[in-house]
Amino acid sequence: MDVSERDRRLIGALQAGLPLVRRPYAVIGEAVDMSESEVLRRIAALRDAGVIRRFGVIVRHHELGYRANAMMVWAVPEHQVDSLGERVAESPQVTLCYRRRPAPPQWPYNLYCMVHGRDRETVLAVRDELVARHGLEGMEHRVLFSGRRFKQRGARYLAPKQEAIGREANHGRA
Amino acid sequence: MDALDRDLVNRLQDGIPVAERPFRPAARELAVTEEEVVARVERLVAEGVLSRFGPMYNAERLGGEVTLAAMAVPEERFEAVSELVNAYPEVAHNYARSHALNMWFVVATEGPGRIKEVLTDIRERTGLAVYDMPREQEFYIGLRFNL
Repeated sequence: MDVSERDRRLIGALQAGLPLVRRPYAVIGEAVDMSESEVLRRIAALRDAGVIRRFGVIVRHHELGYRANAMMVWAVPEHQVDSLGERVAESPQVTLCYRRRPAPPQWPYNLYCMVHGRDRETVLAVRDELVARHGLEGMEHRVLFSGRRFKQRGARYLAPKQEAIGREANHGRA
Repeated sequence: MDALDRDLVNRLQDGIPVAERPFRPAARELAVTEEEVVARVERLVAEGVLSRFGPMYNAERLGGEVTLAAMAVPEERFEAVSELVNAYPEVAHNYARSHALNMWFVVATEGPGRIKEVLTDIRERTGLAVYDMPREQEFYIGLRFNL
């Protein structure tokens, strides 16, 4: 779909999140000079086209006690990576799963999984289970636990000039 | 956080409808008023449990680009280099990780071509190699935490 200028204005207005009121789309509409029904129609179209992937909350997992956050990587033969990725992604403990371009020789890994857990032991047990269940034994592999988090925010794709809508403008900045 | 907060966070992670009153279904399911849902979400955001309530975009469909980049930063320079990297508005998040490649950050840009500029700029300013590991396939998305 072509994302119009009007859509982009709306996306800009939504970047800081929905205003926390009973009818948030009416408040957004006022800010961008659209009716509530136009806002809803455009957002639904953006969602149906995959521009908006999901509408909901973003949980700050660290604050909720998910202190162990691991990026698990495997160097998988090219012809196997897609089928393995699809299977590994079905495990409920895996929260993100990607194939990425490797950077050999320093970084030969092409299959990435994110696993969050309350502690490292839990996360490593998940790893062992993934290896056993999907036949990943013998493939070059690393687990990178995260240490300090320096920056966490939703990626912003448009200039922030229209962000300041409603009272939520004070929140949500990591 | 009480039991209702937990139920609410779990419920909202499943998403909300694009509708005039998006909080109504969750309110009904949890047998509270919409005002109660809104007030609790507002408090959870203020407390830092929730970082944002709203849409997650597919950057590529907006004409932008996203990548994951990594650097091997000497310990004594780590603080300074992380400040330099984080100062780019295109850097979405940045984690220290346990590996020789010890700094991992996501770069998301509005338009094409800018990723390369940012990574080149970081390399030139720090004198350190910057590894670019763009996504080739996404198998699953939906970060969800059961509370």
